Amino acid sequence: MKFRGKIVDGACLNHFTRISNMIAKLAKTCTLRISPDKLNFILCDKLANGGVSMWCELEQENFFSEFQMEGFSAENNEIYLELTSENLSRALKTAQNARALKIKLTNKHFPCLTVSVELFSMSSSTRIATHDIPIKVIPRKLWKDLQEPMVPDPDVSIYLPVLKTMKSVVEKMKNISSHLVVEANRDGELNLKIETELVCVTTHFKDLGNPPLASESTSQDRNPEHMAEVHIDIRKLLQFLAGQQVNPTKALCMHRICHSGKKTLLLRVETNETYKRL
Amino acid sequence: MKCLVTGSNVKVLGKAVHSLSRIGDELYLEPLEDGLSLRTVNSSRSAYACFLFAPLFFQQYQATTPGQDLLRCKILMKSFLSVFRSLVMLEKTVEKCCISLNGQSSRLVVQLHCKFGVRKTHNLSFQDCESLQAVFDPALCPHVLRAPARVLGEAVLPFPPALAEVTLGIGRGCRVILRSYHEEDADSTVRAMVTEVCLGEEDFQQLQAQEGAAITFCLKEFRGLLSFAESANLNLCIHFDAPGRPAIFTVKDSLLDGHFVLATLSETDSYSQDLGSLERHRPVPQLQAHSTPHPDDFANDDIDSYMIAMETTIGNEGSRALPSISLSPGPQPPQSPGSPSEEEDEAEPSTVPGTPPPKKFRSLFFGSILAPVGSPQGPSPVLAEDSEGEG
Repeated sequence: MKFRGKIVDGACLNHFTRISNMIAKLAKTCTLRISPDKLNFILCDKLANGGVSMWCELEQENFFSEFQMEGFSAENNEIYLELTSENLSRALKTAQNARALKIKLTNKHFPCLTVSVELFSMSSSTRIATHDIPIKVIPRKLWKDLQEPMVPDPDVSIYLPVLKTMKSVVEKMKNISSHLVVEANRDGELNLKIETELVCVTTHFKDLGNPPLASESTSQDRNPEHMAEVHIDIRKLLQFLAGQQVNPTKALCMHRICHSGKKTLLLRVETNETYKRL
Repeated sequence: MKCLVTGSNVKVLGKAVHSLSRIGDELYLEPLEDGLSLRTVNSSRSAYACFLFAPLFFQQYQATTPGQDLLRCKILMKSFLSVFRSLVMLEKTVEKCCISLNGQSSRLVVQLHCKFGVRKTHNLSFQDCESLQAVFDPALCPHVLRAPARVLGEAVLPFPPALAEVTLGIGRGCRVILRSYHEEDADSTVRAMVTEVCLGEEDFQQLQAQEGAAITFCLKEFRGLLSFAESANLNLCIHFDAPGRPAIFTVKDSLLDGHFVLATLSETDSYSQDLGSLERHRPVPQLQAHSTPHPDDFANDDIDSYMIAMETTIGNEGSRALPSISLSPGPQPPQSPGSPSEEEDEAEPSTVPGTPPPKKFRSLFFGSILAPVGSPQGPSPVLAEDSEGEG
């Protein structure tokens, strides 16, 4: 298995760094999947209740000026690695004003992802900082758990308000309750509600707009004003909101109530180059 | 003793105290003929720091009042630091700082004259003590590096702030390499990220060291001096020897002198894990043959040569059988003024009382200036310490 990539553009480097910071805020360890044209950051939190899973996809050619990889085998031309997300974000932090960044899979005493940053220096010689991030190669048999999650047709899908605003609202709510109810309808209304014995606080967002329905079959007879609601853990939502450092072109929230009664909240953030789903 | 610091020197003094606070919990203040010395040592005796401010640093400097002996005192670092805690405030509002030590009163008085007629007086209690002397001589170290502090400051930026130890070594082509050092724990499953920074020879004003020379020392303690040197825009000089021997970091300008002496990890102390001494002595090719699917076939980066560079080939330094104080030659410690004859021969054992030094640094290099008969002794392994016998 081989992997080697190089980023020379400052803006790309910056963007990549911010994505890695966002991942670091969401989870301690994450899986990095490398394929010929994409890089994915995957997090699978299989908790019984309120687990968060994340799938983030980057088109490699939007970032790397050089990209070579050789996967597990010809039929399975992918590499799955597990690493501590903070290590990657810390390594990238040193690349803030770098001339170039090289990242490659190496084996120095232990398998690692080596991030090599070429820094500008006053003198003529180049200054190089190298970070060896220890990784674990994920065996082939576990790959099936890390595939792109199927996004079922939602009951309600709505554009989110400015994430910063939402974040400050949710942050204040966190002090009062640990669970939050997110309600949305097809009329562009979104409510964030918390309830305790003593107090009940709701923040209403109106005129948010709903994306067009994916398929016509989803209940046409649904009353547009009817609210779909899910209860979620505030801290998880806050983690997601806090991690958003990249200004999205759109952010969506989808409610889904499936037959078994299980509800899921899907938050999708899209920027020009990437999309992330939680 | 009475001294008066004015203007921007107040901030310099404050910064020096901040630096010293990174090392030890007690500050030894001693007015000497050469200037005011502020010294400290850490609890495990693996780090010593000293700043000497020349009389010209002060607007007024009076080491002793006539008829009085030179006074020495030991103050709690916390107390002294609290006077200079806010450097911003020092810079903006403090016009003068007056430090006086009166033999009669048992207080060290630090008075800050601030703007708008505000005067803050701190009365700090102190203890009499013996002079804290460390025996070391930079001139005896075969390897020397000198660079502007800014360069070194930039070099340590990539390292995590929590990193305890770092290895400094000379690689191929006279490149200076700094590498994070982690004690490998056999049972820890989570490996730490290894960071390495490589500086070219051109970054240094002086580079006199053999290829392959390397030492491992405490980064946290070094950062103390580094931040001082950066703020004062000084050059930092690193004198070092074989692993296990203390490394001496110095800054100097016309008005002050700073010395930080840090113990270094000795060769035998390093774990012989995969990263340890076993690997060190193997020639390069072994690294690559290490594990089979070696994915590093791509273009040759210099990554591998950095690995080579970190091989130290210094011959066996000490074994554990050596006493824990390394006898450094050089009978006169650089800062010794007239006081030696007043020193008492402490009967302290040469090992650190109480807990052994953490992280296997050798408790080191303290020599006492022995009392007797006037003639300066040769190297002595006895600690020089105050009569309280604190650790």
